[in-house]
Amino acid sequence: MEEIRLIEVKEEIQADNKAKAEALRDRLTANKTFLLNLMSSPGAGKTTLILRTIEALRNDLRIGVIEADIDSMVDAEKIAKTGIAAVQLRTGGFCHLDASMVERGLEGLDLASLDLVIIENVGNLVCPAEFDTGAIKNAMILSVPEGDDKPLKYPLMFTVCDVLLINKTDYLGLSDFDVAALRERVNKLNHRIAIFEVSAKTGQGIAEWTQWLKKEVDVFRCR
Amino acid sequence: MHELPVTESILKIVLQHAPADSVSKIVRIFLEVGELSDLEDEWIQHYFDYLSKGTRAEKAELVIQRIPITFQCDACANTFEIKREALQDLQCPECGSTECKLVSGKGYYIKNMEVV
Repeated sequence: MEEIRLIEVKEEIQADNKAKAEALRDRLTANKTFLLNLMSSPGAGKTTLILRTIEALRNDLRIGVIEADIDSMVDAEKIAKTGIAAVQLRTGGFCHLDASMVERGLEGLDLASLDLVIIENVGNLVCPAEFDTGAIKNAMILSVPEGDDKPLKYPLMFTVCDVLLINKTDYLGLSDFDVAALRERVNKLNHRIAIFEVSAKTGQGIAEWTQWLKKEVDVFRCR
Repeated sequence: MHELPVTESILKIVLQHAPADSVSKIVRIFLEVGELSDLEDEWIQHYFDYLSKGTRAEKAELVIQRIPITFQCDACANTFEIKREALQDLQCPECGSTECKLVSGKGYYIKNMEVV
């Protein structure tokens, strides 16, 4: 009978991805391209919000978009109609993007000519929270119909984000969604997070959000 | 659903740490997983069984230990553990401040492994 030995491993399973994400952030910083990773559940309004953001900022910033989707081109086609550079990444069943997938997406864009690249991550509040994409800032959308209890169910997502957009505020009167309760829940998990109430449909609150984003991009580009 | 890429990384790392000339088989792998990281233990084992077929890690058992969630208070720098279910009532047990930041409780680590 062979003797069982213990081997120390002491390795972080995501060390590879973290190293790739750091290298990507360094490259983006050198290039002065701000990468925003946008996450949410399916149907929370990521594509519509990106369209609104493009509309508001396209005269001030050169924008590109990476669309991740499990297996369709629908979202990239909507973005392409605006004339903005967009690439579609089919994740082939993967539920999230990691740094090497984002690298691949960026190959399809001319980084030197872009100030802001927005990643539309796969619609899911669990997996994308676990993987560093190399983004400069992480954003998430929570839409009113999803309910104000999501920080209790998906706490990790709320801790990794720099900004939260409460979308579909035009539904507020029709639901029991409690904005104050949500803000309190989110702030307990992450009190540094910026929160905006928007309706990508009506345009309400979009100016405040895009001013914030523009300022973040400007500060980053002046570093 | 991110169990698959996580499992692929586990297999790659353990094989790197088990040179073929000195290890004939990996028997058990001890993992640490943050309490905030959603991961199905059962699925990780299923994926591992599938991916490790024909390798020195075939049939290895994955033993998963959960790492508690820890926050640090911005006001008084106290570090404290908190259960996932108690996150909605999060506040510093020392000074009562609610301005705290997450310091540990997410991510995945391979601690060590038993080999023959």
